[in-house]
Amino acid sequence: MPIRVQTEDFDLSEEVRRLRANDLRVGAIATFVGTVRDLNDGKDVSRMTLEHYPGMTEKALESIVAQACERWRVFDALVIHRYGELGPGDQIVLVAVTSAHRGDAFAACEFIMDFLKTEAPFWKKEATPQGERWVDARETDTAARERWVVGEP
Amino acid sequence: MQIDLRFFASVREALNVAEERVDTVPAGIATVGDVREWLCTRGPVWAETLGPQRPLRMALNHTMVPASTLLTEGCEVAFFPPVTGG
Repeated sequence: MPIRVQTEDFDLSEEVRRLRANDLRVGAIATFVGTVRDLNDGKDVSRMTLEHYPGMTEKALESIVAQACERWRVFDALVIHRYGELGPGDQIVLVAVTSAHRGDAFAACEFIMDFLKTEAPFWKKEATPQGERWVDARETDTAARERWVVGEP
Repeated sequence: MQIDLRFFASVREALNVAEERVDTVPAGIATVGDVREWLCTRGPVWAETLGPQRPLRMALNHTMVPASTLLTEGCEVAFFPPVTGG
């Protein structure tokens, strides 16, 4: 269940190839890639800086992935999250999950992203023509997380 | 009791401090929430940044915790805004 927090970019195809290597039980691979948009809350974004909490970040991600693996039948899972300076179009995060069937893979992948958004210590700062600003947390992200707590998968 | 403090993102910028070691926590401070209240007495910037009106998150030894969580010798207490990764 690899977790990587890094400044370097990643290659989706390469990561998926590695994740499923020689595992013929795998019938489903769900992946999510988050990227930097050039517009947020009506303002042009020219650059984004991602800060994190070394040590806690890895611990939080490992806990989230472990919870996903307890709830669904998952063979393997991968989370890569970048930090540092990124520009519009750059990749920020990758979550990939392998399973026998798509239901488990989809659900586990979405669960990991929803918990990552609300529990992993990352913060975004955007550079816009009006200056730099920290991105506020969104109510919709909290709601996305809550549905996993209230309802059953 | 000795504790380490960590501040991140907009909290770090507002306080202009990333980390600090407190060699002797004042008497009567037993929880993470107590630390927050104590830090607010340091001055207007601290009160504005860490006051109860702010939706801060707190972590003890790399785990997010509620204000009532008890401190332990040598622990690391972190204060930061709600997270926005992904």
